[in-house]
Amino acid sequence: MEALKLELKNKIITTLNLEDIAVEDIADTDALFGDGLGLDSIDALELIVILDKDYGIKLVDPKEGKTIFQSIESMAAYISANRTK
Amino acid sequence: MTQKTNIQSYITIQNNEIVLNGTSVFKIEPTDFADFSKQAYRNFDVQYPKFFKMDALSKLAFLGAELLLSPITSGEQENNIALVLANKSSSLDTDVKYQESISDQENYFPSPAVFVYTLPNICLGEISIRHQLKSENSFFIFDAFNTEFMSNYSNILLNSNKADVVLCGWVEFFNDDYKAFLCTISKEESTKYTNETINTLYNQ
Repeated sequence: MEALKLELKNKIITTLNLEDIAVEDIADTDALFGDGLGLDSIDALELIVILDKDYGIKLVDPKEGKTIFQSIESMAAYISANRTK
Repeated sequence: MTQKTNIQSYITIQNNEIVLNGTSVFKIEPTDFADFSKQAYRNFDVQYPKFFKMDALSKLAFLGAELLLSPITSGEQENNIALVLANKSSSLDTDVKYQESISDQENYFPSPAVFVYTLPNICLGEISIRHQLKSENSFFIFDAFNTEFMSNYSNILLNSNKADVVLCGWVEFFNDDYKAFLCTISKEESTKYTNETINTLYNQ
């Protein structure tokens, strides 16, 4: 699980072009949206693409994203339980 | 009555250099635009992380607008500044990148973050968000910088009181070849560029 969390932090920084943010700046429980990492709605769509492309998870109900993308911890837990690749 | 309008400031970005009102304010050794734009962003200490998410055309327009508009805009009051930009290649540079990213049916994962920049006028939106503008904006596609059209269009906006200031110019980007020329025009008296037309400054 720790390796997956680190992988997700790296993917988020690279894919979402978070130029001034390092892996160590993101705590596992930090909010990804709002006052936390400050991601926006386009970033949310990119996270859905990451789930699909890298872990074989298709989000059928976009509303699920609110819970899944709360933090690195919630993302890692969801991916671990549902990944197909 | 039609009032005379004047160029207040202008900026040119090309060949790894930024020239503001005729003075070189940033120049680095030849590099690609991604590196150049990042170094320029750092050099002017711009605090706007969304810059790194923009495509090249938006970064080019953003940097030019940043140096011209930051000194004359304020977060506390409404800034009635119209944006009138043009280029030749539209958003083709990003369009091509996006098309390449979706050409493999076996690996079909369209990127929403790239897709949103497959329109040239998105750069106007980026400038408007940055400077809190809710004013007129238009983006035109021409074979070459049509200074007469751009000048007339800007003058109409100013003389019909649709805008207090017009940010007008050319922002062209394709295959890492780029040029931006932007100027601010208003009815305010100016002795700085009385004899220069947009065309003269563009070709400097």
